[in-house]
Amino acid sequence: MKSAVVLLPGLNRDRDMIAALTKISGTPPITVWQTDTEIPDVDLITIPGGFSFGDYLRCGAIAARMPVMRAVAEKATKGVMVIGVCNGFQILVEAGLLPGALMRNTSLKFVCRQVKLQITNANTMFTRRYQPGQIIRSPVAHHDGNYFADAETLRRLEGEGQVVFRYAEGTNPNGSINDIAGIINSQGNVLGLMPHPENLIEAAHGGSDGRALFESALGIAA
Amino acid sequence: MIKARITVTLKNGVLDPQGKAIEHALSGLGFGGVGQVRQGKVFDVELAESDKAKAEADLKAMCDKLLANTVIENYSVAIT
Repeated sequence: MKSAVVLLPGLNRDRDMIAALTKISGTPPITVWQTDTEIPDVDLITIPGGFSFGDYLRCGAIAARMPVMRAVAEKATKGVMVIGVCNGFQILVEAGLLPGALMRNTSLKFVCRQVKLQITNANTMFTRRYQPGQIIRSPVAHHDGNYFADAETLRRLEGEGQVVFRYAEGTNPNGSINDIAGIINSQGNVLGLMPHPENLIEAAHGGSDGRALFESALGIAA
Repeated sequence: MIKARITVTLKNGVLDPQGKAIEHALSGLGFGGVGQVRQGKVFDVELAESDKAKAEADLKAMCDKLLANTVIENYSVAIT
């Protein structure tokens, strides 16, 4: 399985993502730059976290309009897996590849801590190595992770099992509607989540709860 | 040259934590009777265009494509 990491100015978790993919798959991912109009043949494209373009206008708004995102959208239509983490999630919603919007945390504070996530759908290409309902730990670090969608979109997301991760046990750090931490598109091949599973993949991180997400996507046995 | 002012506001029903904080701060300053406060954005745009109708269409397209996130925001365009 081959993977790629999208690089944009202002992202700062790109090296974490590259390290995680390299350690888990044994092969370094290909990197693609914001101006690239084509992405090589890969099975998984990841968009890391950070503050692309200083998060000017709205988080992820400028990044979502860069040429590379048209290439990501084309690949997603063809069924290639896409994971957007944190700013990557914001970019995916701004690009229209996932529904809804990510707004300022209700506390108005930047949150940097560990939360608990419940796997609310373990029947996806990103979560099949987890148990249904399993609670995992994951770091979060964001100012705008407050997921919002209109009532109809929310009904569809909940009804179709598109809510994949939910903040568990009162750990919702941002006021996200229905405690939503991560969602997939209706096709099931695009995932966006605010937490950082790539920062919890080995003992040196204090745990490996996030590892199974990448093992699921990359088809690697635990 | 056409100058325009674009105003972007949050749709009704969309939670506005920043507006809420401003609302509380105003009350804290002693301003009585402050109701709901909603925060928005204003863009002043200059366009090298003389056709008003064309400019308005372009400005609306700019809003739809970038300046507003129509999932959560409304916009209005005023040519000044």
